[in-house]
Amino acid sequence: MSKPRFGLGLNGMIGIVLIGTLLIVAIVAAFWTPYDPLSLSLRMRLKPPSAAHWFGTDEFGRDVLSRAMAGASASFLISFLTVAFAITVGTTLGVVTGYLRGWTDRVLMMGNDALLAFPGILLALSLMVVMGANRHGVILALGIAYTPSVVRVVRGTVLSLREKEFVEASKMIGNSDIYSMFRHILPNALAPVAVLATSMFGWTLLAESSLSFLGLGVPPPAPTWGNMLAAARPHLESSVWLGLVPGICIALTMLGINLLGDALRDRFDPRMTTA
Amino acid sequence: MSTLLKVENLALVLGATQKPVVDDVSFHLDQGEFLALVGESGSGKTLAARAVLRLLPPAIVQAGGTIRLDGEDMSGMSPQRLRQVRGGVVGMVFQEPMVSLNPAHSIGTQIAEGLKLHRDIGAAEIRRQSIAMLERVKIRDAARCLGAYPHEFSGGMRQRIMLASVMALRPKLLIADEPTTALDTLTQREVLDLMVELARDHGTATLLITHNLGLVARYAQRALVLRRGRMIEQGTAHDILHNPRDAYTRQLVDALPRRGATETTARAAEPLITVRDLQITYPGRRRWLGRLPGHRAVDGVSLDIHQGETVAVVGGSGSGKTTLGRAILRLVPATGGTISYRGADILSANRADMHRFRLACQLVFQDPYSSLDPRMRIGEIVAEPLRHLPDMDPATKALRVAETLDEVGLGGFDRRLPHELSGGQRQRVAIARAIVRRPSFVVADEPVSALDMTIQQQILTLFQDLQRHHHFACLFISHDLGAVEQIADRVIVMENGKIVEQGSRDAVFDRPEHPYTRALLAATPTLDATKEAFA
Repeated sequence: MSKPRFGLGLNGMIGIVLIGTLLIVAIVAAFWTPYDPLSLSLRMRLKPPSAAHWFGTDEFGRDVLSRAMAGASASFLISFLTVAFAITVGTTLGVVTGYLRGWTDRVLMMGNDALLAFPGILLALSLMVVMGANRHGVILALGIAYTPSVVRVVRGTVLSLREKEFVEASKMIGNSDIYSMFRHILPNALAPVAVLATSMFGWTLLAESSLSFLGLGVPPPAPTWGNMLAAARPHLESSVWLGLVPGICIALTMLGINLLGDALRDRFDPRMTTA
Repeated sequence: MSTLLKVENLALVLGATQKPVVDDVSFHLDQGEFLALVGESGSGKTLAARAVLRLLPPAIVQAGGTIRLDGEDMSGMSPQRLRQVRGGVVGMVFQEPMVSLNPAHSIGTQIAEGLKLHRDIGAAEIRRQSIAMLERVKIRDAARCLGAYPHEFSGGMRQRIMLASVMALRPKLLIADEPTTALDTLTQREVLDLMVELARDHGTATLLITHNLGLVARYAQRALVLRRGRMIEQGTAHDILHNPRDAYTRQLVDALPRRGATETTARAAEPLITVRDLQITYPGRRRWLGRLPGHRAVDGVSLDIHQGETVAVVGGSGSGKTTLGRAILRLVPATGGTISYRGADILSANRADMHRFRLACQLVFQDPYSSLDPRMRIGEIVAEPLRHLPDMDPATKALRVAETLDEVGLGGFDRRLPHELSGGQRQRVAIARAIVRRPSFVVADEPVSALDMTIQQQILTLFQDLQRHHHFACLFISHDLGAVEQIADRVIVMENGKIVEQGSRDAVFDRPEHPYTRALLAATPTLDATKEAFA
């Protein structure tokens, strides 16, 4: 077998290209889309794909391409913020519980394990009901739902790192616990976190789409791939493109994330290959 | 005597690059003979021995040479025949007793495995032979031991069990790859004495792979010195050790620790560190009501350490010497007694006093691979202790770091990362980190036992030079009496958490009083050791 180029292999490269393209589209859509994704045009209802509207129009005559692009931007931003939330909170908690051990660890991990026992999407659903369907609600709900797995991963890494002699050496130097935690333990615990974050980006994107599809995510008329799918449901028989476009977008993103995530995992963390 | 193993012009290369790792090595082994393969890490000694059993890592390819076992060419062997030879004709004992037995199977199953494969005997006979073999390696209560699992035994016992399971098949050749490197001196002697005895009883030839010349002196009849895959010298053990012809062999022999001159340093009246009646008890396991009785690791230890002197603490594994060192630095809580630094009690010290004590003390660890943060550059690692000296300005700090790196012979290494350095270089970094703040007291916990002989010598010499220059006191913890003899001013011998003997180095080494000290000294491999195993 030849050595994979760039250390990620063919699959990883496909993943990078897919995600990269979608990311560029999402960034472009934040400033420019072919049509205003919100402007109605009742004369142009449910038109099939044409030169003017590449992906056709929906039941209110809105351009599907523009809505899909705007949806990409919304979905990517929400996923990114959610992952950022889960990683920040989860890493901090993980380092603290893993390093301090004792009662802090026991109490925090008890709560953490209770949260882990719920399926993530179910937890997010119930949190959404409490917080109400809006963009911040989605980010917070999904963030809280995904934090526990980060805590687990980080705590495990920290537990093995804190027994390393360089941590004891740091104590001998006279460094405080907090300093040792952030200077010596945290940087060495980040590799598995980076791998987890990639996969988590895919999970949150899918979860956000599911929530929107169920009407619990970002409320219409603002487009996301999930609520576009939901809106397409009554018209699927006559206007199949309405469902296909957001569906394929979600599928491609998930494919890209998974290819990239697996490649990163093989590259940085051989222990997790069977997870 | 007839030749059992004949290796001629053996050449091994690293598959992808064709880089030679063993180059033109020839040796032979008669029946019942004891040959030592000597070299430092990277010398190819393990690969050369493994090639005999065709147990090479997949990347290593045999590029030339022949290996004949009892006249039969190994390279022409079918896989079936090879399987008969492995275990049946040639047995192998590995370095790491903690992982060479399968933790999921009982001892009985593992000994029976080989017997079942290679001998046509029934279950009752297997059991009888297994018990006989375990008794032969002095395992108490051998019948019960068959049902026990590896984790119930200490390292030395596991290595004896391993030996029993290999020798039960009465192989014609035993390959022992650093079989005692992971064990302390006393256990090392026990295991090797047994190995030699068994080999003699069964007429087995032995190929011992080692970096320890003391073991060669004590056990081997002939020796072969390897360096970077090439044969340096071959001859009788006595000739190699006492009249080495090659410069490298002489360097190896000279690397053995020798007693330095006895220095009479003028002692300050007041000791730097005073330990009185120190007790350390590890709490027992929690049970439903209360706890099981704890394990007393250090029991009533008192000692003084003066400015500038080196006090060595020696003892076997489990003697409490490491715990003692860490307790003095307050890394392990003491359960009784007092420790004071310059007359001030540090067990009851407040935060500020404790911080001051920390600044004056340092620790050098055994394993240079895990004591450096893999993500920091050498310069950062050495500079880190200086962040607690707020009075020093950045320019002075940078100067101090450069100066200290120069002192340990690593000038210009400040931009490197730990993984780019060899074990000896890493240990130099650890020493630089320890002395950069000019501590008055350094605890060195087995600082050279993970290193090659010539590197050990360099590090010990470096340590002595630094100590002479900076006058720090040192508590030198070691099970290697050779290193202790070279570096220590005073020696403390510990057994089961208690001090059994202490005195000046010359007194302890020349006139040992306690039987444990005598046993330790007798077990220490030295060049002068007569080959009593063959006497």
